[in-house]
Amino acid sequence: MSAALARLAGDLSPRTRIWLAALVAALVIAPWIVGDYLVTVLILILYLAYTGQAWNIMMGFTGQLSLGHAIYAGLGAYVAAVLFTRYGVAPWVGLLAAMPVAAACGAIIGFLAFRFGVTGVYFAILTIAFAEFARIGFDHLGIVNAAAGLFLPVAQYAHNDPWRLRGSPTMFYYVMLAATLAAFILCRLLITSRIGYFWLAIREDEEAARAAGIDTFRYKMYAVTISAAVTSFAGVFYAFFYNNLFPEQVFNISRSIQMILGPIIGGVGTLFGPILGAFVLTGLAESLSTALTAMGLDLPGAEQVFYGVCLLVVVVALPEGIWPWLARRLGVKEAES
Amino acid sequence: MPFDVYLNVAIGGVLTGLVYGLMALGLSVIFGVVRVVNFAHGEMMSIAMFLAVVLFSAFHLDPLIMMVPIAAVLFVFGYALQSGLINPFIARPEHSQFLLLVALGIIIVNVLLIIFGPDARTVQTAYAFDSFQLGPLLVDATKVYAGAAAIVFAALLFAFFRFTLIGTAIRACADNYTGALVVGLNVNRLYALTFGIGAACVGAAGTMMTLIVDVTPMIGPTYTLLAFVIVITGGLGSMPGALLGGILIGLTEALAGLLFTPSAKSMFAFGILVLVLLFRPQGILGKRPA
Repeated sequence: MSAALARLAGDLSPRTRIWLAALVAALVIAPWIVGDYLVTVLILILYLAYTGQAWNIMMGFTGQLSLGHAIYAGLGAYVAAVLFTRYGVAPWVGLLAAMPVAAACGAIIGFLAFRFGVTGVYFAILTIAFAEFARIGFDHLGIVNAAAGLFLPVAQYAHNDPWRLRGSPTMFYYVMLAATLAAFILCRLLITSRIGYFWLAIREDEEAARAAGIDTFRYKMYAVTISAAVTSFAGVFYAFFYNNLFPEQVFNISRSIQMILGPIIGGVGTLFGPILGAFVLTGLAESLSTALTAMGLDLPGAEQVFYGVCLLVVVVALPEGIWPWLARRLGVKEAES
Repeated sequence: MPFDVYLNVAIGGVLTGLVYGLMALGLSVIFGVVRVVNFAHGEMMSIAMFLAVVLFSAFHLDPLIMMVPIAAVLFVFGYALQSGLINPFIARPEHSQFLLLVALGIIIVNVLLIIFGPDARTVQTAYAFDSFQLGPLLVDATKVYAGAAAIVFAALLFAFFRFTLIGTAIRACADNYTGALVVGLNVNRLYALTFGIGAACVGAAGTMMTLIVDVTPMIGPTYTLLAFVIVITGGLGSMPGALLGGILIGLTEALAGLLFTPSAKSMFAFGILVLVLLFRPQGILGKRPA
């Protein structure tokens, strides 16, 4: 345990520790300061920070571009929601079923792709194909109400019930904050461990990694299953926070794209990039839509155009993402990755 | 169900598949030469479709006549895109190129959404409900025209690459990048030309698709995925493969729509994609990378 702790915080400079502590403290007290609307925005930010970190395990650490991560969140959401609505199983117990289901799905996709040498763009297209397959499949699946959608009984906001995830936005906020911090710690532990170094070796040069004796197939499988399992929690959270699930929405490719924008804008392969990216992107998008509403304009695609332009600008101008650039400015250093 | 129902549906599927094939041909040409995967392909097609719809509803210009002008517009768009935005990305990692085009696709879809709104639009030509009778078979006239136009366009493209000097030069770039530079070809310009040609294919295909299907802004990503399924099935970079893949997917979708439910038809296309990726990743007519 102390070894893990040392690995977690050992090589952080005092300056980095102060920044981290200040950030966590600010996030913990945020709901007391900001209004209900901003708490909802913060939940969305943390949700994207969380899923971005999960995706980052695959693309950022291991170099496997997945564009179908919505499938893992969607499976998690549906497994927990079906267990809850049909059998009254609490979401935290449902999570114990959702995680293995998503991990198994990741393992199937990974096995098929890595065993048969499907890499690069082909791998990305395979992940899209599976997500689309799931979207159309769930649209015709009776047990989840098909395209008509699955609804959870809407909660009374009178008292919070964290065990059954029924309650006020503030409760959901703290749940997501804890999950985001846990994911951050998990990523840091992974990337500073043997498995993380193997992932980085695979990302940098798979041939060389194999030549050095790394079982690349096995470590890529670890990456996809861990990433899928971590993502599935986001799905469970989504189901209980929004209370409705439509295959057309949860498995939509735009959901997968939304998940990857944070880490790309923040910095692929960095620990803090996905979190920073989620803040920057969602913050800007919310300000934009607020500004548009204030001007009396109702443009349904404007927010998406904005996402597209952001992605375009970052890919062209800051291919590394914002965080590596900002970290140099702040004099902050995270684990080498 | 009587046998000629199946045959009717199958012929309709093959004719639609030819248009799919032309669309996928554009993607295949771009990848084969420029080595960039155009993730905004279907979105480019939806630009062409909206052009066709607007020209028809405003001036009653028949899509069959507007095919060439719209293809020309898309050619210019593709040429400008490649020389302005994509050329600097040629040496960047794959995922970087890919994200550039994903970004472009998102922008196209939503700009179309802002301009035209989410409603479906159609082109109602005078011959929209005509059909040709061949013995027991009834074939929609629109599909026959669209399929025939796709064949003509594809044949011209094959001839261009086979017999013209520029076509030969483009093939040289595809075969050996360094070699093409050594013999003094302006590779950047040829890449831009190629991207333009690929965009023209999708422009022509999109114009003809308006005869067969309704148009919405959200249709773009669907066609991007479909184009991928087709070229990967046929063999990425193989021109006959793209046409063959188009026919195969068109046929599969039509029969799946008849035998199961139309809304589940693309599941079968994705099923074929998964099988091909697993057992013949280079595609039916593709060559294994050396």
